[in-house]
Amino acid sequence: MTTATLESDPAGKAVGNQQPLLLEAGAVTTSSTPAFREEQAAAWGRFKEVPMPVRTDERWRFANLKAIQLDAYRAPAPVDAELARTLLDRSREMEAVAGRLVFANDQLLAHEPVSEALRAKGVLWLPLERAVAEHPELMARHFMREGAVLGSQKFAELHRARVRAGSVLYVPRGVEVELPFEAHHWLCGEAGSAFPHTLIIAEERSRVTLVDVLRSAGEDAGMVCGVNDLWLGAGAQVTYVSVQDWSRRVAGWQVNATVVGRDARATALALQLGGAHVRSENVSRLRGQGGRSDMLAICVADGSQEFDQRTLQVHEVEHTSSDLLFKNALDDKARTIFAGLIRVDSGAHKTDAYQKVRNLLLSDEAEANSAPGLEIEADDVRCTHGATTGQIEAEELFYLLSRGIPLRQAQRLIVNGFLHEVIERLGAPCIGEKLADRVQAKFEAERR
Amino acid sequence: MSETTIDIDRSVGDFSYPEQHQFDAGYGLTRRTVEYISGVKGEPEWIRDFRLRALDVFEKKPMPTSWASHDLDAIQFEKIRYYLAHGQKATRSWEEVPEDVKRTFERLGIPEQERKFLAGVEAQFDSEAVYSNIKKAVGDQGVIFVGSTEGLIKHPEIFKKWFGKVIPTGDNKFSALNSAVFSGGSFIYVPPGVKVKHPLQAYFRINAENFGQFERTLIIADEGSEVMYMEGCTAPKFETATLHSAVVELVAMKGAKIQYVTVQNWSANVFNLVTKRAIAHEEAEVKWIDCNIGSRLTMKYPGVVLKGRKARGEVISIALAGDGQHQDTGAKMIHAADETTSNIVSKSISLGKGRSTYRGLVHVPKHLKGCKNNTECDALLINPTSRTDTYPAISVRGSGNAVQHEASVSQISAEQIFYMQQRGLTEGQAMSLSVNGFVNDLVRQFPMEYSVELKRLIDMEMEGSVG
Repeated sequence: MTTATLESDPAGKAVGNQQPLLLEAGAVTTSSTPAFREEQAAAWGRFKEVPMPVRTDERWRFANLKAIQLDAYRAPAPVDAELARTLLDRSREMEAVAGRLVFANDQLLAHEPVSEALRAKGVLWLPLERAVAEHPELMARHFMREGAVLGSQKFAELHRARVRAGSVLYVPRGVEVELPFEAHHWLCGEAGSAFPHTLIIAEERSRVTLVDVLRSAGEDAGMVCGVNDLWLGAGAQVTYVSVQDWSRRVAGWQVNATVVGRDARATALALQLGGAHVRSENVSRLRGQGGRSDMLAICVADGSQEFDQRTLQVHEVEHTSSDLLFKNALDDKARTIFAGLIRVDSGAHKTDAYQKVRNLLLSDEAEANSAPGLEIEADDVRCTHGATTGQIEAEELFYLLSRGIPLRQAQRLIVNGFLHEVIERLGAPCIGEKLADRVQAKFEAERR
Repeated sequence: MSETTIDIDRSVGDFSYPEQHQFDAGYGLTRRTVEYISGVKGEPEWIRDFRLRALDVFEKKPMPTSWASHDLDAIQFEKIRYYLAHGQKATRSWEEVPEDVKRTFERLGIPEQERKFLAGVEAQFDSEAVYSNIKKAVGDQGVIFVGSTEGLIKHPEIFKKWFGKVIPTGDNKFSALNSAVFSGGSFIYVPPGVKVKHPLQAYFRINAENFGQFERTLIIADEGSEVMYMEGCTAPKFETATLHSAVVELVAMKGAKIQYVTVQNWSANVFNLVTKRAIAHEEAEVKWIDCNIGSRLTMKYPGVVLKGRKARGEVISIALAGDGQHQDTGAKMIHAADETTSNIVSKSISLGKGRSTYRGLVHVPKHLKGCKNNTECDALLINPTSRTDTYPAISVRGSGNAVQHEASVSQISAEQIFYMQQRGLTEGQAMSLSVNGFVNDLVRQFPMEYSVELKRLIDMEMEGSVG
């Protein structure tokens, strides 16, 4: 295993307030190609043109539009060497990885490349800027090609104009990578911003797993606007996990798209723990017969956190399946929104689509909004959705209490049990364990 | 499965007689149209002002096409006639009804049904009720059953208190339109403790072309009373679009029960844009039983505001969208008190190029305890070109409540059809049986009289293609 190399600018200082304001900074100037910079400038123009979301737009129903305040944030600030070292030490999620990338405020801190063996097979694991410079044709085919259809076009343009940090993972035909890849995106400094990007291109019959970890270095306020795209060729298998644990003063927008080819299988799980206001849009496009997409999410919301999750399962061709399971546990004054749609295009017969959202309300002031939807234009299909909102069953609680378990702990056990089903569905016990630990850590931090 | 066609028997209502209206507000909608209607009806000033204010609201409100069908843009408000009537007074005796109107309703079987099983009947022909009668025994109990104009003139003390309170003028563009030009519909008041044994019925008929019917119904069931109201609608097939935009307000006082049954069989040129809502006070029960078979586009989401403790709301909905039809129906349940419960069961069938849509709203605001909602939506798709959508929206606050929503989309199973065909049924008969089986548990909830009518309406004529 190659050791991580420190790539931070030693002269850099983590002084956020010397950075220009995000909305005044214009498009970012990266070390990328002139063509890419031109694209970023064009995206900046579009960002300015696209109007802010409005409440009358169904895609923003229930949403808290007041949470969109971009003028206070500053462009990503450089990180000093000392902080960079601390963050690097904290940037280990899995015991063994196939490759690692660490970014802080969009600045590359470390790049742990793939093994010689994988390199020989053609696996690419690169920071975005390098991928743009070295593999322009690959990027042209896959970089942000799907558009943001669930309402966040403005954020997608902002991301495109400012993106610098990100992981590009390319797995050639038939290559299977056992160990997971891992990317860390840190946000630090007051009023900071970050634009993390993830792009996975899994060619025919390849297999790969990637874990993204998005965190705050401290308690600072900030904003994150991320995009990820997963491309699955015929028979490819991709497992993608993202863990989000920002400070309680961060606003986040995330636009995700997955395109599933013939007989391919995508499994994605998002664990949402931190942030003040987080909106995440997930689109799965079943584009090849026999394709399958599993969309999973866990949201542990408390305090005054708001999680706004929008999903779309599009069955474009015959004989595809998708299965969505989102679970939200809400305490205090937390608020969640789930708005999901299963779309079966005309002619996409033999579709098997499922969508389920379950909300567990743990307090009298938590609020769960669910809008599960179906749009079906083919008749030979099996589509079901369900949404439930409820509380901990009195009997279950009584059972635990009668065995001497204190109330708070009993509740936590039940919540854990409630969320566990989602983690199990991932089918990756090593990662699942880490996710369960993080959920546990949030419960414990909350009781401090 | 092979291509199958299903036709509904719409022929019963498909006839019209030449128009001979004495009162006609002409085409288009202006202040003068509204003033004409109000003047002809001899209304008090407060209602005239109410109408004019509503007209302003209507003109200002945008079309709801941000979420609804763009087919709404096909409505040409300036080409519609807003008021057509023979006279403003409904007669109590069938003999006095003008001959052509009488023929219409007799063909539809109205007086015959009244004799059989109804406590009261109102028949509306275009803008005004032409006939309204209530059985003496029911009238003697203090039950009021009259047209909306008669209600607001003769019973202002009850009418004014609730009129426009359940559905404010500005609720949506079409409730504003109705508030400006409403005419006809029923006003019902059931005194405390009175249980009206037999249903009250209204029959709505559009006879004229390019006409808009805007009836307004207000039903108040006082404490502990019970009433069932049934409405049926038909219109002939014209070449041009016709608009039906009603507002129906129900008020169930403490412990009262209201059942409101609709069998809508407008012809396929009618835009049916209806706002229906109820307020249920403590321990009251409101049940909307809604069956939509006809129309070009129906948009209707009966709702219940559960205002008092232990109030209960229910919507039972059947929609059948044939070729070229869009049934955009659903339900709204607004929980506003503890221990309120609601139930929504919706079944839709789409055939040919038909499209059925379920839109639902379940709202449980904070600090409520013991609220429950159950929603089930099932959609059946008959042909490869059929379409169905489901758009529920559920907001729940607080841990003391339980809400569940389930929806499924399926087609008729090939095995079922095969099984029946094997036993000698044609494919059409087998399909018909399957569809009837799909809605059977809901059809049984309709009152006997109407389930018979429903069976007749869902008397499907199916012909399997060569196979």
